Amino acid sequence: MFVLRRWIQILATLLSNAYWKFPFTKGIYQGQLKGICTPGLNCYSCPAATSACPLGSLQTFMATVRPAISTGNYRFGFYVIGTLGLIGSLVGRMPCAWLCPFGLIQELIHKIPSPKFEIPPFLTYTKYIILGLFVFILPLVVVDEFGYGITWFCKHICPAGTIEAGIPLMFLRPELRALIGVLFYSKLFILVLFLAWMVVSRRPFCRVACPLGALYSLFNKYSLFRMIHDPEKCTLCEACYHDCPMGVKFYKDANHYDCIRCLKCYQESCRFGAISYELAGVPFPKGAKEKA
Amino acid sequence: MAPKKMKKRNLPFLLMILSALLIVLGINLGEVSAVVDKAIKICLSCMGIG
Repeated sequence: MFVLRRWIQILATLLSNAYWKFPFTKGIYQGQLKGICTPGLNCYSCPAATSACPLGSLQTFMATVRPAISTGNYRFGFYVIGTLGLIGSLVGRMPCAWLCPFGLIQELIHKIPSPKFEIPPFLTYTKYIILGLFVFILPLVVVDEFGYGITWFCKHICPAGTIEAGIPLMFLRPELRALIGVLFYSKLFILVLFLAWMVVSRRPFCRVACPLGALYSLFNKYSLFRMIHDPEKCTLCEACYHDCPMGVKFYKDANHYDCIRCLKCYQESCRFGAISYELAGVPFPKGAKEKA
Repeated sequence: MAPKKMKKRNLPFLLMILSALLIVLGINLGEVSAVVDKAIKICLSCMGIG
């Protein structure tokens, strides 16, 4: 299962970034596939990106709501919200584990040998503040004289934008280097901070700062796909917790907001058959019954 | 107890239908072209220079 997931992560990363002409064109892909929102965090200004970042698109809709209304266009981002809602109601936070390129980066970097530290649980609520404030409220409320806001999360925080778009495009388009200022260095600092944190902690960006994961996590308890814990078989050995890439204590909450449904606990950790899952009410493995 | 359980299992389907309706509404409002328009331009904000 782990090997399968790794291959799917790599395939999803390659499909989200399949425009390999960029070294010759010195630009980004401009085809119609950019109308499709990728399920994971992948900057649409990455030179190889073939689809749109749902967070960037959503912020753009928020930032342009006022001018759009004044011109009779009632575009509030229904398409993006619907896309994320459809994915979330199907599988909850599963794309974080299986499809997100930035999730793959974090898992690979965490393999670097080092002392490992747990993330304090209270920090995992920060992502909801970032989602509300930087994706919705600030782009809506802080506007210029013409009513246009800015994409606050992309501009001030997103380390995926820095590593996938900022740094590669600086090499591809040297003329852009003249625009480097405090903002670029502050985003670079955030990227370096998270890269260092990834070495010592499990998926720190997903757990602390990712608004996309925060949005998907709202569906974890209400999605078609659900994890199931059998307390009668569980010995509270915590093997699932130690193996979990998100540091979730599965035995406390089978559909915890931080569970990314990687299925590592089900496939590799639990030796007592206490973990199973269901899809639309159909249990897997067959015969497993919901006890909690 | 039983009705509560049924309600919970219906919720994913209701959410999926609602999400699908939002997608259709967004497409009809021309939001896909708005997404394309933004995504085909180099985003200076994303890079940290604009």
